[in-house]
Amino acid sequence: MAKFKMHMLVCGGTGCRASASDVLYENLKKEVQEQGLQDDVQVVTTGCFGFCEKGPIVKVIPDNTFYVSVEPKDAQEIVAEHAIKGRRVERLLYVDPTNKKQIPDSKGMGFYKKQIRIALRNCGLIDPENIDEYLAADGYEAMGKVLSEMTPEEAIQEMIDSGLRGRGGGGFPTGIKWQIASKVAGEQKYVVCNADEGDPGAFMDRSILEGDPHTVLEAMVINGYCIGATKGLIYIRAEYPLAINRLKIAIDQAREYGLLGTDILGSGFDFDVEIRYGAGAFVCGEETALIHSMEGERGEPTFKPPFPAQSGYKGMPTNVNNVETFANVPVIYNKGAKWFASIGTEKSKGTKVFALAGKINNVGLIEVPMGITLREVIFEIGGGIKDGRKFKAVQTGGPSGGCLTDKHLDTPIDFDNLLAAGSMMGSGGMIVMDEDDCMVAVAKFYLDFTVEESCGKCSPCRIGNKRLYELLDKITKGQADKEDLDNLRNLSGVIRDTSLCGLGQTSPNPVLSTMDNFMEEYLAHVDDHRCLAGVCKDLIRYEIIPENCVGCTACARNCPVNCIAGERKQLHTIDQSLCIKCGACLEKCKFNAVEIV
Amino acid sequence: MTKIKSLADLKKMKDNLQSKIALREKSDSPEGRVIIKVAMATCGIASGSKEVMEYLVDELDKRNIDAIVTQTGCMGYCYAEPTIEVALPGQEPVVYGYVDTKRADEIIEKYIRNQELVEGIIPMNYQTIEKDKEGGKA
Repeated sequence: MAKFKMHMLVCGGTGCRASASDVLYENLKKEVQEQGLQDDVQVVTTGCFGFCEKGPIVKVIPDNTFYVSVEPKDAQEIVAEHAIKGRRVERLLYVDPTNKKQIPDSKGMGFYKKQIRIALRNCGLIDPENIDEYLAADGYEAMGKVLSEMTPEEAIQEMIDSGLRGRGGGGFPTGIKWQIASKVAGEQKYVVCNADEGDPGAFMDRSILEGDPHTVLEAMVINGYCIGATKGLIYIRAEYPLAINRLKIAIDQAREYGLLGTDILGSGFDFDVEIRYGAGAFVCGEETALIHSMEGERGEPTFKPPFPAQSGYKGMPTNVNNVETFANVPVIYNKGAKWFASIGTEKSKGTKVFALAGKINNVGLIEVPMGITLREVIFEIGGGIKDGRKFKAVQTGGPSGGCLTDKHLDTPIDFDNLLAAGSMMGSGGMIVMDEDDCMVAVAKFYLDFTVEESCGKCSPCRIGNKRLYELLDKITKGQADKEDLDNLRNLSGVIRDTSLCGLGQTSPNPVLSTMDNFMEEYLAHVDDHRCLAGVCKDLIRYEIIPENCVGCTACARNCPVNCIAGERKQLHTIDQSLCIKCGACLEKCKFNAVEIV
Repeated sequence: MTKIKSLADLKKMKDNLQSKIALREKSDSPEGRVIIKVAMATCGIASGSKEVMEYLVDELDKRNIDAIVTQTGCMGYCYAEPTIEVALPGQEPVVYGYVDTKRADEIIEKYIRNQELVEGIIPMNYQTIEKDKEGGKA
């Protein structure tokens, strides 16, 4: 039985593989074999390190040496120097860009400090269905500390000092929100957790509830103590069955331990939590609509003021916070407001969880300190764009946000910078787009969503968005003129200025931001009836390039409408009058003989 | 289950539980167990982590390997689900991605039995606040 003394991890991600990491892997294996070290050194391929910029990566364990930009021909030197003589190959070490020093150990690299898990601290660490594991991970200690050692005023002040801002999208300072709610008198006050996560492509809240449900319960008790509420409600969409199930288990366990209920930890404070289900309406993420939905009314927003803090659930003072906001709360009391405020930028403290999706290699959930740049998120943590395509834009804030382009890549991400760039933080969806995405079609996709989800209460949103959608549809069909573009912009302004709630006020953002950043694409659709990305079906044609076609018949066999004619080993042709532009021929052709024109 | 009546009780309980977990995680003794965490959020379950977890529990039992298999939340590597984290006694945990029953078998036979690394390792790319505590808390 072989017991390896050293492991060489070779990155096998797409990025590194494109730079010949597979050849490097083979070379390393061969070299190890030749030196007779196969029983001592194991060579393994791994998943993406996320550091594609400097690929291919080789990491040597147990000394954690991190080699970057390794070429296949370096294999011999690595084995001869590192494995046999125990000396690091200095020229392959990573050089810190700021102080120009070589960093031998991956633990010293700034890259691995780019993600800090605060809200997600227990996700992937503890068993969410076992309260004992949460307790072992400092669980309910913050609640105990606040209930037995702090007055509500002190606890609120701590929250204000931490600088935490609402993670649901708006970014209102959480401590101030609590302070306002604490000062309004009411017979029965409420704490509400907003778990109605509706942005397409966003799953931060779901992951927190699935991975660490107790943290939300703990934060709600603290919040209740601060504002004088004894009842908590979690408004969660019914489409999240696993999160609901784990929340229920967590509530039962907390009740059994006496961490929810009467006289919690002998403090004399009572608090209990109930779950309310949403039916999946996007508008119910807006706090007044959410409250009406919980009351059994239609999920429609009402004008603010009065704010929920003055008159919320059943007309009583109510504080509404989002899941991710709550997930930060226990840590703030455990580690102190000062610690929390030391992370992030001047006006946006702490971290933000993003759901990375779209044309990116490492689709997943990340938590990064505020102030990180888009470039770091996309190219270092996200591992770059899929299939080596070119980055075009990133959409943040879902249907309420906008698109950021390569000119924003080095802007530090925080609430205020994103707003200034024409987008918004939103709840944290981040959809990456490459050169194959048509920005007009993207705007149309979001408008389609908004039209579907508009509650219909106010006319600017109900009628205006429908008209916006129709204008966009006209553009993607090549039937629009310059006047339509002016109308698009004017109407967007009107909807933004006159809608009742946040949904309508932000729904034109995808249109405005794509017009600001990608006007040339709009103009190509309008003036030349062309879609530059080759997405809009009415503006493109599939054609066969005669020089490349070898007559393999693959396209004709896969065409669902049989519109491709041609004999074996003869040139094929597409009948444009029958073609439905599905793209199957382009996908199946191995000879690059099909093109979009 | 008894109720926890005060902050002092809570802290006592935490100390007990923590030492239990620490024993599980850090023990160098031969009876130290292998700990496997299976990421069981929606993304993992959709990719088949339930089957993998069942397989691991059954097979480890059959092959007489003393291991604890628990579920946990999303580790963030949704592109590589199902993902599992394997911690051998006294060693840094290793995360494996794209784990189907075949790879799970390989992990048991090669990694757990022989400490031989298996394809599909995902490098951990974030800091936890626990680590920060050791260095930063004055």
